[in-house]
Amino acid sequence: MAAGNLPRSRIAPRKWAALTALFAALCVAPFLLSNFSVFQLTLVLAYAIVLLGLNMLTGYNGQISLGHGAFYAIGAYVAAILMDHYGVPYWLTLPAAAAVCLVAGFLFGLPALRLEGPYLALATFALAVALPQLLKHKALQPWTGGVEGITLVKPDAPFGLPLNADRWLYFFSLAVAIGMFFLGRNLLRGRIGRAMVAIRDNPIAAEAMGIDIALYKSLTFGVSAMFTGVGGALGAIAVQFVAPDSFNVFLSIAFLVGVVVGGLATVQGAVYGALFIQFVPNIADRISKAAPWAIYGIMVILFMYLAPGGVASFIHRISERWRRRT
Amino acid sequence: MDTFLAQFLAGLATGGIYASLALALVMIHQATRLVNFAQGELAMFSTYIAWSLVQAGIPYWVAFGLTLLISFAAGIAIDRLLLRPVRGSPALPMVVVFIGLLVILNSVAGWIYTYTVRPFPSPFPSEPLFGQHYISSHDLGAIGVTLAMLAAIYAFFRFTPLGLAMRAAAQNPESARLVGIRVGWMRALGWGLACAIGAAAGMMVAPIVFLDPNMMSGVLLYAFAAALIGGIDDPFGAVFGGFFVGVLENLLGAYVIGQELKLTVALVVIVAVLVVKPSGLFGRTLARRV
Amino acid sequence: MKHAKALASFTLAVACAAAPAYAQKKYDPGASDTEIKIGQTMPYSGPASAYGTIGRVEAAYFKMINEKGGINGRKLELISIDDGYSPPRTVEATRRLVEQDEVLFEFQPLGTAPNVAIHKYMNAKKVPQLFVATGATMWGDPKHFPWTMGWQPSYQTEGKIYAKDILANHPNAKIGVLYQNDDYGKDLLKGLKDGLGAKASSMIVKEASYEVTDPSIDSQILSLKDSGADVFVNIATPKFAALAIRKVYDSGWKPVHYLNNVSLSIGAVLKPAGLEKSVGLITAAYLKDATDPEWANDPAMNEYKAFLKKYYPEANVADSSNVYGYSAAMTLVQVLKQCGDDLTRANVMKQAASLKHLQLPLARPGIEVNTGPDDFFPFEAEQLARFDGQRWVAYGKVIE
Repeated sequence: MAAGNLPRSRIAPRKWAALTALFAALCVAPFLLSNFSVFQLTLVLAYAIVLLGLNMLTGYNGQISLGHGAFYAIGAYVAAILMDHYGVPYWLTLPAAAAVCLVAGFLFGLPALRLEGPYLALATFALAVALPQLLKHKALQPWTGGVEGITLVKPDAPFGLPLNADRWLYFFSLAVAIGMFFLGRNLLRGRIGRAMVAIRDNPIAAEAMGIDIALYKSLTFGVSAMFTGVGGALGAIAVQFVAPDSFNVFLSIAFLVGVVVGGLATVQGAVYGALFIQFVPNIADRISKAAPWAIYGIMVILFMYLAPGGVASFIHRISERWRRRT
Repeated sequence: MDTFLAQFLAGLATGGIYASLALALVMIHQATRLVNFAQGELAMFSTYIAWSLVQAGIPYWVAFGLTLLISFAAGIAIDRLLLRPVRGSPALPMVVVFIGLLVILNSVAGWIYTYTVRPFPSPFPSEPLFGQHYISSHDLGAIGVTLAMLAAIYAFFRFTPLGLAMRAAAQNPESARLVGIRVGWMRALGWGLACAIGAAAGMMVAPIVFLDPNMMSGVLLYAFAAALIGGIDDPFGAVFGGFFVGVLENLLGAYVIGQELKLTVALVVIVAVLVVKPSGLFGRTLARRV
Repeated sequence: MKHAKALASFTLAVACAAAPAYAQKKYDPGASDTEIKIGQTMPYSGPASAYGTIGRVEAAYFKMINEKGGINGRKLELISIDDGYSPPRTVEATRRLVEQDEVLFEFQPLGTAPNVAIHKYMNAKKVPQLFVATGATMWGDPKHFPWTMGWQPSYQTEGKIYAKDILANHPNAKIGVLYQNDDYGKDLLKGLKDGLGAKASSMIVKEASYEVTDPSIDSQILSLKDSGADVFVNIATPKFAALAIRKVYDSGWKPVHYLNNVSLSIGAVLKPAGLEKSVGLITAAYLKDATDPEWANDPAMNEYKAFLKKYYPEANVADSSNVYGYSAAMTLVQVLKQCGDDLTRANVMKQAASLKHLQLPLARPGIEVNTGPDDFFPFEAEQLARFDGQRWVAYGKVIE
């Protein structure tokens, strides 16, 4: 079955050390790197939150989604509309995006309950394709700005902190990401997580044991969409622009590729996947100007050859082998 | 009434496009239990090969036949070579491999042939049949080819031992092996046939929508929907689904909701159908032993 | 004493003569004695990838210029990045070009949404967003956005020209419009409506849109025919324009048919649709069509075709995007020539806003490029022409 188990209850001291070192590195990085690289890292953080959400749905709960770009778009537009039309401060748009997407995901999850495998894939794919068309529609234009979209302003550091806008947004996103990861981990560690995995591995047995499949599947959709929406809002603020063209079908496909390459049903897989989504197209572009997406496709396939369980399981295998040796 | 008939027939013409690609999707699912997202790009690439052959001076039907053979061989090669390392992986890594294949094919086609839109020859006459205004000869011919393929596929699965062996290999590989069926080759055969069907679909579609690397990207979603609506394992269902989706979309756009929302509404209708009948209109719900 | 004075004044004179050469060499990031770095974002992949050829033909043109010695001794380096027509990728690529690659300016970034995404950023950073490759009307606003300039005639201008022609020649017409459901289609439609003024709502009886991903537009054409329209305005990109021309003819509908100039190529659009089905089409053009027999013996056209053969052999000669890119690149070369040794970003904008009566070889006769400090629309004029089955025949005057 899919690689990755539920997060263990206690984090081993070895892991705490690694996480602390990582945290320190992430805090120092923006002062060593250019503003442009800081911007790129902010996007990685946003994508990591998205992939954590998608991983809950697809990795832990076994429901495939080819449509998470739509929830990303909804989160982004909620943030943009609130900031542009109503002057809402940027940090308040994140809980708003989370709330809207939670409801949207849950409402989508309800009818999708009866759909499995390719049928669910089609339904979510349809969502990803339909949303940009809806966003362009005349009736919604006064809100969404139509094809020309909405431009946003990046927030400055508060309390006069000596950070430029890029760095401040990075630290803000880092805090949000850490918060969301803890939230996600706790969700997965508890009853909800166990119910999700039970539904994925053996739905009939799960139902026999009293788990309300309909409720949990829809709830998972909702929570997954919620995470993705928060990532979308952060992404919109970082890029400072939203338009229907920003959220095409390929975004949803890229998210799915990211979560599988990163490692299904693992928390750290979201981070690896986010790095993949952000940097591999750039690398591919440097390798071949003529057909960069062919290089991207080849890399995707190579990753699947070498690590069908994702980067997370690959690293796990390597670290196990290393530990056994020493 | 006149226009309604014209819209309906135009819907059938577009539906024929969806149906032909949907048949390829059904074939690949019969053989592998997977939906191959790269099927559209494979069909597009086959059509470019056909185009190159025609440009080189080879007569149309010879090029058509050659392309079918090349696509068949390529399909088998893809299964035996490309997919070998991920054999036995769960579904999602396979799906991601298909996505990788999709992206590679699109990019390479754009690199070799550039993104300029090109006309593709049609073997059918350019004057409409009986001089009517509703549907062109090519549209009718393409529908005819689709129906012929449908008949051939149905006959293959229903009446030939090979077809039975392929279905058995896909549904229960263990038992099939015990009976002496070479499961690996059955799957490869399925791939080859699916690619050949896709090639035929592409060559019928290209004269209608013009040939360019993004030719199939709009069609894939509809073909996918058509295949599922009809029940993913049923070729008749796929063709019916294709026509259904084509006509639905046209009539919705012309009479109900306007062009700007017809895609959304069509998809909502399709998803609604699936929610009511989760295995598609003609699919069979499988009862599983617990 | 006398000699000393003469020597002093002579030295002074020499020094003054030499001084301008030193004093005027001014560089902003991206410019040096040997090269000028130019940034660009283009859709080389994705649904708009057909336009990627514009970037390629421009790169080829700069290669040719470099082989001839460059401009004022400096080679042109075009750094063109694929953004797939996705604004977030455009933002990332643009930031990379400005902050990492440190280009002097951006040339012909393509697409309305992508350019809107970087509009404020470029103006805040004071980096020229020059000759933007889209016809949206918003790019000619020097008061608020002094660092952004368009190039082609705006879509609204084109729509107004068709409206004028309809009002003049078919004042009681019923108009049906097919348009692509994006900024370009909607902008042209707006221009048409503005040009018709108060009569717009009564004259336009049906508007039908389509998406770039639609496999067929037969349904839209049938609806338009059914509405009783006798004038058809075809706002579609080449592939869909050809489909529309074909279906209009096949369905037996015979309206007065206006075709927007993105799709006027005889080789790329009219021939695939069917030349006999395209007789009577009207367009408003500003560039020459490489497949129009009208220009078969035109020396400028022959020079262009030779250029393609040598520097961009895989190009499709019938593709009007290549004429577009070639002409835009020529305009830029003129601007850079005018800059001389003052290669600051401010001077680049200043020279771009000082183009007077520039008749590009592949622009239609009488259609010039003109810019000024208040006029950030290089191309404004267009020429109406009708297709007679073989060539585009101009009629009427050049319209501003």
